[in-house]
Amino acid sequence: MSVRLAVHDLAKHYGGVDALRGVSLQVDAGEVLGLVGDNGAGKSTLLKILAGATPPSGGEILIDGEPVRFANPAAAREAGISTVYQDLALADQRDVVANFFMGRELLSTNWLGRRVGWLNTAAMTAHTAGEMARLRTSIPDIHSSARNLSGGQRQVLAIARAAAWTSKVLLLDEPTSALGVEQQQQVLQLVHRVRDDGIAVIFVSHQMPDVLAVCQRVTVLRLGELAATLDKDQLTSENLVGYITGAKTGAAPATGNSEGRQSR
Amino acid sequence: MKIILPGRPVASGQTTQGTDRPQPRSRRWRRGRGPVRDLWIGGVLIVIVIGFSIASPYFLTQANWLNTSSTATEVLLLAVGETFVICTGGIDLSVGAVLGFSGMAGAWVMAHWFAVASGPDVLSVAVGFLVAVIAGGIFGALNGVLVARTPIPPLVVTLGTLGIATGLGNLLNNGQEISTIPGSVETFGNTNLGGWVPVPVLIAAVITAWCGIVLAKTRFGGYTLSIGDSRESVIRAGINDRRHLFKVYLICGLLAGVAGVLVMARLGAGNPASGSSDNLNAIAAVVIGGTSLFGGRGTIVGSVIGTFIIAVLVTGLVITNVPPFWQEVAVGVILILAVWIDQLHLAGGRTRRRSQQSPPGSAIPAFIPPSVTGRRNGHS
Repeated sequence: MSVRLAVHDLAKHYGGVDALRGVSLQVDAGEVLGLVGDNGAGKSTLLKILAGATPPSGGEILIDGEPVRFANPAAAREAGISTVYQDLALADQRDVVANFFMGRELLSTNWLGRRVGWLNTAAMTAHTAGEMARLRTSIPDIHSSARNLSGGQRQVLAIARAAAWTSKVLLLDEPTSALGVEQQQQVLQLVHRVRDDGIAVIFVSHQMPDVLAVCQRVTVLRLGELAATLDKDQLTSENLVGYITGAKTGAAPATGNSEGRQSR
Repeated sequence: MKIILPGRPVASGQTTQGTDRPQPRSRRWRRGRGPVRDLWIGGVLIVIVIGFSIASPYFLTQANWLNTSSTATEVLLLAVGETFVICTGGIDLSVGAVLGFSGMAGAWVMAHWFAVASGPDVLSVAVGFLVAVIAGGIFGALNGVLVARTPIPPLVVTLGTLGIATGLGNLLNNGQEISTIPGSVETFGNTNLGGWVPVPVLIAAVITAWCGIVLAKTRFGGYTLSIGDSRESVIRAGINDRRHLFKVYLICGLLAGVAGVLVMARLGAGNPASGSSDNLNAIAAVVIGGTSLFGGRGTIVGSVIGTFIIAVLVTGLVITNVPPFWQEVAVGVILILAVWIDQLHLAGGRTRRRSQQSPPGSAIPAFIPPSVTGRRNGHS
């Protein structure tokens, strides 16, 4: 497995407040890394930095070993990082196809089509249908508007869209909150399939059962610092809660493992 | 409980986990909503036409068709531009005033610069028409810049430019019309092809058809709808929302300029007050035609039907000797009913969505731009 995204010693100060202090983590291609922590632990700040929405105060970000800097979210997307925020950013009255292709519409290839921006609806429909089938999503009709989808289907659409246009890293912010049990399962299965496509996924969540179900490793933040990175065999609800609340501290073997990986 | 539609690739219908919230009846009904809406309002138009035909033998005549279509022409062009604007969730109150100003600007140029120079009419007329369209474009661009680049709501921006355009139009000739323009203008505006198709109507029809295609079939139209639906989603998708909004208002202004030319050509004069009643008629036509004032949904076909409902009421009531003021009453009633029925359609979807998951920022009131409700937090 190759290290897809690595973050070294990342810091962010807002005035005198340290939102993030020297956090390091890494995700392999085809791996789901959980990112957990209590409110104010620095998850959102880290996510914003990785999405290019805010610049870090210190530290570096490497994609495939190459250092990168994001001036804005578009730069992060260019570098292969897609983010699905909690609000999903779907256009409710447009159909699934229009949402899936938003900003990347396929145009008719003839001269006139390119001149006037004639949408190649047939190709977009076919591609969307193919992608939805490949990811085995539960969206019954890609011509229905996003408004008519269930909460889980909307989340699935947003993730499928982001996954389809990202080549490297997918950031998911609380993808299973506010969903019913069955819908959570759909989302988690989709995350598995995206991972199997070789995309590195960072899964930010408060839902411990979902984190345990979908993540290979979990990085725990606490008060802006790295509390621990837990490997698969250490992933228990008890461990997670312990590190999140600070009942356990960094002496766990997991941290050693994480250090070992980073020192390569 | 899957809905498999004939002749359409089944999109991943083969999932075993199934649809978690099957509501096939309402969903199928809502799927056909756009066309159903157009049919419904088209039916209203047909009923009105049949009613007038029965009431008066003069309704279905060539003279009345020419009258009705001429009445509809200017409102139609304004309504087409307004449809794009309203689809983005905005509004343009200035179109009627811009129409008047454009006609005055064109007539003023023809009357002042070319009356003294002895040249062929054609050059003078061409420059006059061009100036009129450009004058409309300038106001469209001004609206576009202010709406796209500042947090001022479109309602306020275009209320301001309405005043500016009205005042400037009156200033050009002290509130009087300018009729000292080449006679060929009036000839042009009153030429009939085959007795049934006035040239202005033909021009308006071609532009309208083209705009209908642009809104329904092109990327530009898609962005227009998406911006009105969720500006945040458009920004996140990397689309330049500001540039697009600018273009939409620019088009609206240019179309008002073209309408100004056509009105000037029909009257054979530039009249500063010529568009003052078209403003609200154009907006009413768009809304009657099913375009949502909340943005994100609308068709040019609907606006055409809405325009003709208004135009037919104007000429039909005159022909049947009803005081024409009833036309305003009738348009008002139809406007309110059309929006009411539209809201009833929407209500089902809204409640369902709310019960599942709170859609953040989905209920932005009309005329309030996203810039006011929280603009691009760090997203460029």
